[in-house]
Amino acid sequence: MAEHEHDHDHDHDHGSDLSETEIRVRALESILVAKGYVDSAALDRIVEAYETRIGPHIGARAVARAWTDPGFHKALLEDATEAVSALVQERRVGEHLVAVANTPATHNMIVCTLCSCYPWDVLGLPPVWYKSFAYRSRAVKEPRAVLADFGIAVPAGTAIRVWDSTAETRFMVVPMRPAGTEGWSEERLARLVTRDSMVGTGLPLSPGEVPR
Amino acid sequence: MNGVHDMGGMDGFGKVEREANEPVFHGAWEGRVMALSRAIGASGAWNIDQGRFGIEMLPPEIYLRSSYYQRWFLRMERMLLDRGLVEAEEVAAGRATHPGKPLPRGKLTEAGLERVMRRGDFGRPPPAPARFKPGDRVRARNIHPKSHTRLPRYVRGHVGVVERLHGAHVFPDAIVLGMGEDPQWLYTVVFDGRDLWGEESDPTLSVSIEAFEPYLDNA
Repeated sequence: MAEHEHDHDHDHDHGSDLSETEIRVRALESILVAKGYVDSAALDRIVEAYETRIGPHIGARAVARAWTDPGFHKALLEDATEAVSALVQERRVGEHLVAVANTPATHNMIVCTLCSCYPWDVLGLPPVWYKSFAYRSRAVKEPRAVLADFGIAVPAGTAIRVWDSTAETRFMVVPMRPAGTEGWSEERLARLVTRDSMVGTGLPLSPGEVPR
Repeated sequence: MNGVHDMGGMDGFGKVEREANEPVFHGAWEGRVMALSRAIGASGAWNIDQGRFGIEMLPPEIYLRSSYYQRWFLRMERMLLDRGLVEAEEVAAGRATHPGKPLPRGKLTEAGLERVMRRGDFGRPPPAPARFKPGDRVRARNIHPKSHTRLPRYVRGHVGVVERLHGAHVFPDAIVLGMGEDPQWLYTVVFDGRDLWGEESDPTLSVSIEAFEPYLDNA
């Protein structure tokens, strides 16, 4: 394996200064294309899907529906794969999706300590922090300190439940509906639902933070 | 394997840094690595568990100093070489010098994208009735396989409570050893924070893992 010659002061988790990697990636793709293993057009489509179509707006739609429709809320917690697939009809989401609801008694957080398992189908690709060594190591041991890094304080009387995604089950958090949103449309509510609130490291936006 | 990838409970990695308005990829190469990995996976060159083991087997110093998609790239290059799908001289030359070999499921084309863009189903018919039920107290086995396992170190030897059953799933520990899918019951098992981290732990903390039946004993 080639040793990197350049300076390693910078933070590799953010993927800067990677000209050597870039060159190697290009070379490997050209080798795999020439050998007939991959098709560049198919690769373009995969990249495009995650850049434009598959993202947290899908999960946000499910959360907003759950906030307005108790029947959907129940269905989502019972079988999130079925419930979200029925909602997002253009695309069935993967199997073994589990939605867990925050309550005044329990705040849920999702992590994958062993790698980077994340509910791609409803949240898109994970952010760098989710895959970082800091998050993976600390979330299961000191989640309140991790939440403080996100500027979040969960009340001392609220229990913290951390879900370590160690198998092919995938988790998403259904955050609590913010006060002051009575009568809001589902579409407007969805704008309050951030990616981090569905991982459990954030809270939904407050009503004043989204345009009418 | 007791590798550096098994990070739950380690100290010293610092604060969690959230990037505002983070792009999906921090450079076009990251997207190419992600797509190449998906495409090669879809062609059957290796499965998801073998791929994870491939990352775990990166030398620890490489694992720790590489970015996420760099690890994916190094894994892919290593596994292509190990399987004889790409020759070392091709990597060195940066171009193909030998014809390709057949892939188990063939090349992924645009027509086959639906197959790769939807996550696989890892549920399988159960081989036997479930040994545990919700509410049962179970002890995570104190095992230290040199091969791939999804039982994190921080729960081994500790007692938890079965909360959910997820049916039987492909067993990663077996498939990586070439023993086939060997489906096993999968459970959500919840541990009290103080049992895992001692009396200093947040008393309100509970942590669950997804545990395959062979990871568990009656407690």
